[in-house]
Amino acid sequence: MTGNRPEHVYLFGTCLVDLLTPAVGLNAVRLLEATGVEVHFPQSQTCCGQPAYNSGYFREARNVARQQLHAFRENWPIVVPSASCASMLHQEYPKLFDGQPEQSEAEHFARRVVELSQFLVEQGALSWPDRGPPIRVAVHHSCSAQRALHTAPYSNQLINALRQVERLEHDRPEECCGFGGTFAVKMPELSAQMARDKCQALCATGAECLIIGDSGCSLNLEGTLKHSHSRQAPRVEHLYSFLCNRYWPGTPASQIP
Amino acid sequence: MSMGPQSESINAGFKQRIDVALKDDALQGNLRRAMDFLVDKRALQFPDTSAFETLQAEGRRIRQRNLEKLPELLERLESRCTENGIRVHWAETADEACRIISTLLKDANANTLIKGKSMASEEIALNAALERQGIDAIESDMGEYIVQLDGTGPSHIIMPAIHKTREEIARLFHERLHTDYTDDVDALIGIGREVLRSRFQQADAGLSGVNFAIAEEGALCLVENEGNGRMSTTIPPLHIALCGIEKVVATLEDIPPLLNLLTKSATGQAITTYVNLIRGPRQKEELDGPRAVHLVLLDNGRSRMFADQRLRETLRCIRCGACMNHCPVYTRLGGHAYGSTYPGPIGQVVMPQIEGIHRAGELTQACSLNGSCGEVCPVGIPLPGLIRQLRHEANETDSRSGTPGKGQLRKPLESLVWKLWALVHARPTLYRFMCWLASRGRTLLPRQIGPWTRTRSSPRPAPRTLHDHLRHRNPKNRRY
Repeated sequence: MTGNRPEHVYLFGTCLVDLLTPAVGLNAVRLLEATGVEVHFPQSQTCCGQPAYNSGYFREARNVARQQLHAFRENWPIVVPSASCASMLHQEYPKLFDGQPEQSEAEHFARRVVELSQFLVEQGALSWPDRGPPIRVAVHHSCSAQRALHTAPYSNQLINALRQVERLEHDRPEECCGFGGTFAVKMPELSAQMARDKCQALCATGAECLIIGDSGCSLNLEGTLKHSHSRQAPRVEHLYSFLCNRYWPGTPASQIP
Repeated sequence: MSMGPQSESINAGFKQRIDVALKDDALQGNLRRAMDFLVDKRALQFPDTSAFETLQAEGRRIRQRNLEKLPELLERLESRCTENGIRVHWAETADEACRIISTLLKDANANTLIKGKSMASEEIALNAALERQGIDAIESDMGEYIVQLDGTGPSHIIMPAIHKTREEIARLFHERLHTDYTDDVDALIGIGREVLRSRFQQADAGLSGVNFAIAEEGALCLVENEGNGRMSTTIPPLHIALCGIEKVVATLEDIPPLLNLLTKSATGQAITTYVNLIRGPRQKEELDGPRAVHLVLLDNGRSRMFADQRLRETLRCIRCGACMNHCPVYTRLGGHAYGSTYPGPIGQVVMPQIEGIHRAGELTQACSLNGSCGEVCPVGIPLPGLIRQLRHEANETDSRSGTPGKGQLRKPLESLVWKLWALVHARPTLYRFMCWLASRGRTLLPRQIGPWTRTRSSPRPAPRTLHDHLRHRNPKNRRY
């Protein structure tokens, strides 16, 4: 897809964004439209199926995944504002449907999936001007962005291209925040310990804002920070909301008609 | 903590062991320092990611190629070893392996056994079995010796006493060996060496593990840093090598790339201090070496893993321990919390297959599927994928694998929850209705949701869903 711009793209909104942080989805639409593409949001999309898949409920995951195969019929790129969901769609669907009647359909579907940060970099967003005030940020990349889909470098490029943004490094950036979907529920103490350690490392940078590109990590880390009621805790922003605020300050997504 | 087949299930008390480990600040500190050290040392050996990936792909290819012809390689190994004067024994189970070894020792009137490091011997709980027969087994690897003195077991497959600080070891030596207290590392090693030196000389037999068994040569390759492996296998008149059947490779040419990956991944060393190649007992013209060498080939569930194309990948493991060094869960728990011979990611994959899902399947839950283990595995074992597969086998009986206890951890309520979840998420209209309900009733939703909100604020649905926001989105009209 590098270099040539599709006329149409699909947005796969993800279920967490859908229910909890729709502004991230609206910002994703805005970013996509700024690249000059027509954005389509099929109302029949639901969830990628990862929660059941990672819990070992493959049949249930397949039933949900099949619905996504049906929902994105046109041969357009499927852009996802989450490396975790994108890696499920891109890397795991072919395995999930291995030996099933939908195998080739799933493989074709998987090839169309692209994470939003990669799409933006490939469509020239690195030259978009930063219009926000100076700010010091720390960035947490999800495990999927770092080790499954390898899209973390794209997010880094987007953030590094912002003139007024200073990125601070934290300890053990590669380590998992402890979310892991149902892991957080099945192994709560272990997960909480990992989340505390991650929050500590991020806060120790002295950043005013923590940027997180995956809603799962965000739910976990922002939830942990809020629960600790620390006054010094930096605010948490989703990568795509942060980018919108830098490119077009002053129009929060929630106010978009 | 060796878990023989008779011992209590690994599943039992796993959560309690996790809680204990998480509350042990000293343990957490020790582990963190030790794992950081190992991770950094490995990183220095593999400075370039793509170069590592090339090596990893080669390691994976070599191991997989050898595994594909495992039955014939094992037969070849047996005949070549026999020609070299190594007696070969086959043990299908842990019990059988223990029986073979204790019979060999009894036939040789051996009462004391000096052991080089062998995780396979931990796997079959050999020390306990020999103790029941009145045979004294002494560990000669310094780390193994420390945990044996401590009355526990290895907490790491390469660094058995990695969970202990220097001060703890100093106290242990002082109390158990009655030497003057010192926490000087060199002095402590000196004490250990002195005690073990006489044990080597007095031992009636030596036992070692095997890193690679080379079929064409009928030879055993053993790497180590302390020289204890070489002494265990050369000083006593009888040497018994215990080897998992998956460790066989075809030729000597397979060894260098694997050794390169093994030592760099395990301890960040370019090569170990000792690389031993054992080709049989003392020959007529030779002045030293054992009079007899026996090779015990251990199955203990490995043929079952071999039979399933997917689970077979488990058998590529060369036991370097890099997966545990890089695991955020292992780093916080240490090996003992797992309660299994092999801890960390590889343990979470191996143990349920050896012991059965019903006895060790819970181990797979202590994983966030973050992928660190799979990334560093020198032979590219898809550890997260295998953990997920075993979670599936814990719930379902429909896989073709022969994993014992398949489906036995299925929880009726949990299964029902996932069925309902799938029912909703496979029906867009129902899904949108449920989300609409959750959004509209957002203030009525419970503020406490299970263990999640013990340490986190509760997430709250937005007033309108993204679906709702984009409902009237018309492709002809660029507004949303």
